[in-house]
Amino acid sequence: MTNMESTREAFGKALVELGRENKDIVVLGGDLNKSTMAIMFGNEFPERFFDVGAAEQNMLSMAAGFAAAGKIPICTTFAVFGTGRAFDQIRVGIAQSKLNVNLVCTHAGLLTAEDGISAQSLEDLALMCSLPPMTVLTPSDGPETVSALKAAIATPGPVYMRLYRPATLVMHESGSHFKLGTIEILQNGSDVTLIGCGPLLESVLNAAEILKEQGISAEVLNVSTLKPLDEATLVKSITKTNAVVTAEEHYIHGGLGSMVASSLARNYPAPQEFIAMHQYAESGPAKPLLEKYGLSSNGIVEAAKKVISRKK
Amino acid sequence: MVNIDQLIGTAKQIRRDIVTMTSAAQSGHPGGSLSAADILVVLYFEIMNIDPSQPLLTSRDRFILSKGHASPVMYATLARRGFFSPDEFKDFRQLNSRLQGHVHIITPGVDMSAGSLGQGLSFALGTALAGKLDTSPYRVYAMVGDGECDEGQIWEAAMAASFYNANNLTLFVDRNRIQNDRFTDQVMDLEPLADKWKAFGWKVFETDGHDINSIINTVKEAQKEEKQPQVIIAHTIKGKGVSFMENNPDFHGKAANKEQLVEALKELE
Repeated sequence: MTNMESTREAFGKALVELGRENKDIVVLGGDLNKSTMAIMFGNEFPERFFDVGAAEQNMLSMAAGFAAAGKIPICTTFAVFGTGRAFDQIRVGIAQSKLNVNLVCTHAGLLTAEDGISAQSLEDLALMCSLPPMTVLTPSDGPETVSALKAAIATPGPVYMRLYRPATLVMHESGSHFKLGTIEILQNGSDVTLIGCGPLLESVLNAAEILKEQGISAEVLNVSTLKPLDEATLVKSITKTNAVVTAEEHYIHGGLGSMVASSLARNYPAPQEFIAMHQYAESGPAKPLLEKYGLSSNGIVEAAKKVISRKK
Repeated sequence: MVNIDQLIGTAKQIRRDIVTMTSAAQSGHPGGSLSAADILVVLYFEIMNIDPSQPLLTSRDRFILSKGHASPVMYATLARRGFFSPDEFKDFRQLNSRLQGHVHIITPGVDMSAGSLGQGLSFALGTALAGKLDTSPYRVYAMVGDGECDEGQIWEAAMAASFYNANNLTLFVDRNRIQNDRFTDQVMDLEPLADKWKAFGWKVFETDGHDINSIINTVKEAQKEEKQPQVIIAHTIKGKGVSFMENNPDFHGKAANKEQLVEALKELE
């Protein structure tokens, strides 16, 4: 039986727990607190919860001010607003000052589905990876979200964490393995390396099953820390398989695929196929939307076969 | 007892520092530094609870310079107050320096990195609310330029500061009436500016931004406020103290050349 849990719900619960342990934690939100689940913290610790309304720029700069005064601010909103609307505030006020601000954005990727392209966040990873001191976390499920949040709080500099709207497959035990800066090997294989992050990992694992039935052995990697990327584990895997497919709910440029390609180009060049968005999408139910734009198990299987055929 | 003459003398010294370091770098922003000089002198030499030997002391008062291009007045004030040596002025805008083009948190005494307009008031509000959470007695002072009030984020922060009753926050608007290109009323008229702040829930004060006595009295009056954040609209002259820079938009972001520097220093004796 598969167990599903939403990363944002896990986040909300963890916030309350961490807030109880650490009085320096303050949470900021922008009138989306019922959706991001930050409201759970707000209900428990109203004096440390700041809803600034639909004003993301103010929220991020305020968080910088909290951090400079020794607090541990956690900013919460949707990925499109947190990274896009407030990019300059993050760049100048947080990244360039290396302040301890944690930005946790829910509703990332394509899976805000029906809300359409303004709400679908295909650029957030590119924006956040473009900031030198920024740590970028992409936990895959509820338990990993909890561990990643703890790690983010323990990390002195700025952290961006990407969460999702729908429930995702629970792949980890709670209190899990997560170690910041480490790629997790979900499955060993020898013919091709499949790399995913976030909810698409479920499709990646399904693809690996399909490939197995067809006699192809796939190694599956979970990148829950996108930046800094665990190059050692990445290169070790590609040295074995010599072919890689990356799968992400993000624009093809600037996200997981780009980070992997950039590392391999420097360390161990190998053929790579990209499962990612090549354009803006449209409104639609999640599953058909993912299918239409190729972010599916079938898409990953085809990409795996193609990249294997490109091996020298 | 406040020694006004001494503060006036310090302000003159700081103005000499401003024109000298920008001229040496042949870049930087003298106009909006000269307009703000008297306010910074009042804050750093009379009002604020600070210790130059412990620039990161938790209980210190903060000053957030949101108009980060006015870095020369910040550096001159901090150095003359003892945060670092005036010898560093020669490094302003040079490689391997702590004195960056726009204020950056790496400089001892600089509380926030700025340079992209409109962010400092929000930052100051965050720090002010953190102080309230800790029931720490520190106060947060901030300064924005008048042209900077074009930025929407200023008004996001203005709304939030009164909503959260940040009465430990005092903002100066350096109302020098000139922004980068032209006079503010030609670019984007801000009036009625006092009414705008009032409408956003602030306690509003106005002062001559070059009258040391008046600035001191206004700040002290503002600090009595028990609920609202306070804004002091300081009427200033851009380029104040150097006749050919005064009220001249050209010197927003242009340094004096060698001949102009000699003339400026003569006027600032």
